[in-house]
Amino acid sequence: MTVPISWYLLLSAFLFACGVTGFLTKRNVITLFMSIELMLNGVNLSFIAFATRLQTLDGHIFVFFVMVVAAAEAAVGLAIIIAVYRTRETLNVDRVNLLKL
Amino acid sequence: MHQFLFIVFAVFCAGGAINLLVQRKTINSALSLIVVMGSLAMIYLLLGAEFVAVVQVIIYAGAIMVLYIFVIMLLNAGDEEASKGSNVAKYFGIPGLFIGGIIGIGVLLKHRPNDTPLKLGALYGPADQVGMLLFTKYLLAFEVTSVLVLIAIMGAVVLARRSDS
Amino acid sequence: MTNSLFQPWLVPALPLAGMAINGLFGKRFSEKLVAAIALIATGCSFLVACLQALLLVNSGSPMLEQHYGTWIQAGKFTVDFGIYLDHLSLIMMLVVTGVGFLIHIYAAAYMHHEGGYYRFFSYLNLFMFFMLVLVLANNYLLMFVGWEGVGLASYLLIGFYFLKDSAANAGKKAFITNRVGDFGFLIALFMMIQTFGSVHYGSLYFNPGLVNALPLEHSTGILTMIGLLMLVGACGKSAQIPLFVWLPDAMEGPTPVSALIHAATMVTAGVYMVARSNPIFSRAPIALLAVAVIGTLTSFFAATIGMTQMDIKRVLAYSTVSQLGYMFMAAGVAAYSAGVFHLMTHAFFKALLFLAAGSVIHGIGGEQDMRKMGGLRKYMPWTFYTMATATVAIAGIPPLAGFWSKDEILWQAWSSPYGSKIFWAVGVITAFMTSFYMFRLLFMTFFGEYRGEAAVAHAGHDAHGGHGHTPHESPWMMLGPLVVLAALSIFGGFVGAGHRFEHFLDPVIQKVEAHRSALEVEAAAAPMTEEPAAEKSTELALMATSVIVALAGLGLAWFLYIKRPELPARIAAALGGLYTLVYNKYWIDELYKAVLISPLLWISTHVLWQSVDQKIIDGSVNDLAVTARDVSGVVRQQQSGLIRSYAGWIAAGAALVVAYMVWMGTR
Repeated sequence: MTVPISWYLLLSAFLFACGVTGFLTKRNVITLFMSIELMLNGVNLSFIAFATRLQTLDGHIFVFFVMVVAAAEAAVGLAIIIAVYRTRETLNVDRVNLLKL
Repeated sequence: MHQFLFIVFAVFCAGGAINLLVQRKTINSALSLIVVMGSLAMIYLLLGAEFVAVVQVIIYAGAIMVLYIFVIMLLNAGDEEASKGSNVAKYFGIPGLFIGGIIGIGVLLKHRPNDTPLKLGALYGPADQVGMLLFTKYLLAFEVTSVLVLIAIMGAVVLARRSDS
Repeated sequence: MTNSLFQPWLVPALPLAGMAINGLFGKRFSEKLVAAIALIATGCSFLVACLQALLLVNSGSPMLEQHYGTWIQAGKFTVDFGIYLDHLSLIMMLVVTGVGFLIHIYAAAYMHHEGGYYRFFSYLNLFMFFMLVLVLANNYLLMFVGWEGVGLASYLLIGFYFLKDSAANAGKKAFITNRVGDFGFLIALFMMIQTFGSVHYGSLYFNPGLVNALPLEHSTGILTMIGLLMLVGACGKSAQIPLFVWLPDAMEGPTPVSALIHAATMVTAGVYMVARSNPIFSRAPIALLAVAVIGTLTSFFAATIGMTQMDIKRVLAYSTVSQLGYMFMAAGVAAYSAGVFHLMTHAFFKALLFLAAGSVIHGIGGEQDMRKMGGLRKYMPWTFYTMATATVAIAGIPPLAGFWSKDEILWQAWSSPYGSKIFWAVGVITAFMTSFYMFRLLFMTFFGEYRGEAAVAHAGHDAHGGHGHTPHESPWMMLGPLVVLAALSIFGGFVGAGHRFEHFLDPVIQKVEAHRSALEVEAAAAPMTEEPAAEKSTELALMATSVIVALAGLGLAWFLYIKRPELPARIAAALGGLYTLVYNKYWIDELYKAVLISPLLWISTHVLWQSVDQKIIDGSVNDLAVTARDVSGVVRQQQSGLIRSYAGWIAAGAALVVAYMVWMGTR
């Protein structure tokens, strides 16, 4: 009754694919950010799975760093969203296509 | 038992991810993302990574998602608009993703790693050892991340500030 | 050699300084100050030149040289900035600075109240600078700089009245015609660099000398090619057939310019170059023959044209061309020193003739047509006397300067190993014609009754406003140079009496015999030692012939224009077509226009401009632009600004990379 490591990896790949699909199909900029978080989580799962498999703690450290970067990214990204929303009055990325505020 | 728990949380996790895609309301997507993260924390525990599991709940499901929901509420992000942007994503991106996925799964199944079954309950990532590693081998990177976070905070303040004030 | 007084660089540097001061600041100066600067610059230059000449003569060495630095260095080939002072460049330097100074004085009065006074003197000083660079350079490349520079100055000064179309066109014509010659000169330079690896006079001609090492060329060889191409260059600058057409038109410039540039100095640059390159020409008999033939033909044809012209300056222009032909003839029979001697005397009397003609034009208010002159002897005696002196001098009547030099040339044409009786005969006929048309000019201008309008409109050539209505004598500032030049025309010839001048140039001119094979030397030496007395009598007989011919010309002119003034028109009518042909300068200009200029214009317009330039060059550029625009139009679609579009491409690309890596890994 054990779980092979490849199952974890498949779950990780599935999460990552869901993230990419979300990024490609969603139009709300906040949802796009959440898709990115989803991709990051998929990668994190791979890190942990391999760390366990290889009996080393370095993967954990990397997950920690990814979380820090994700937090920073979320803070800055959401600030940008607010700034864009102020001028464009929209959250639809298809309407934010002028490459400027 | 291990297999059972994995399947339960994996189903939660995948379901949350699919729900994130399907939902048209942003707040629903955000809530399903919290489900994904929570169940991922449990899966981390199954893998014996206690530190990461706890941090996942505190930082991700807690801090970051709170920030998201805060912004969603602030900007009144309601239903997603159905606008027609570019067809590139539809015609190239998603097929590309599927091709990549199929190849990846094919490779994974062809070259199966030697599956050493994991024992339930064994903790492979105790907090003290992770902390040890963080403050010795990865000290420089750790300090750099602190600078990164500081800059991110300042950037967020500058960006979100009203320019006319 | 290391005398601290030997500073030849000052000679060209002073006019350059004058040019710079007048050119940069002259607009704010008064006319007096401008003239003073220009005169001081050229005057001091003349004094320094005299000093350098004394130093050279007293040093006893064949030449003095000074280097001021390297100009070009490429591998083993180097070109210096340097000055090379030998007896040849010494004479040229003295003539240029001396005559130039006198003409500057004259011009200061002549150009009074003309627009662009400072510009005129700045150009004139510029010309002096480049001319001195030309004659003092120590290598052909630096000489070429001066060569082009005087061309530029000439262009600027011919077109000095640039508001007048004819003057602007004459400037262009002079410049473009000179380009043809310069092309030949340049190729000669390249061949020289290719063959000898040096353009420096010293290494080419002096102990042992790269050129001197080569044997006499009996058929065509490299030296013949270089010589012929140099001749092309000399023809352009010195207005020889077939490139002489620019010089008569160059008379559109102010008269002092005609005197300085187009009579006394610049046009003699070709003669100077041939004399400077005498070791090359002496080793290439074919090139030498070409020089002689061209010189003889030019002198003859220009003299015939000169007999029919009515414009006083044009007569002098054709006379200049003819006299330059004489110099070429002299050079062509390897009598370089005779050519340079004639160059010097010609500089005196032709400058005088032009200045006197300018004085006449000035005195009667800008009229240049001799038919409207006459009787001016009473109104302007000084001009008359000086001009008469010059006329006698150019006609070759002893003992004035022209006699000595012309006689020397004719004697050399007869007796030189490269000479021929034909050259001598044509030369004598030309001397007759020269005498005729010069006295014709003198008689038409100064004798008889004044034929001009009492109140001449001042719209003529060198438009002078504000002068009286009757002819009047010119101011002393103009007459002074005339008197000095007249004195030079009278006494200048004596330096050449008894071949003294020839011996003065001995260090520069290599003896022809020295290059011939031993057999030829013996053959040539035999008749020479034979009978010096007989040779002497021949020389005297030839001398007498040329004097008689000159007097005959004088007599004919007197008969036709004083005794029977109605005859010339009847003779012209009797000659009919021939007269018209000559009067219209053999339709050379029209011929060039039909044969060269019109086809060139047609090709330029229809082929080069409308096909090559507009269709091929512009077309290809336009097509490239259109292609670039179209391609960018397609590629621009990628830069949509739509984030999801970018993400789609990234995903597709990542899939490709993954596929590639897997394929590489499983292969």
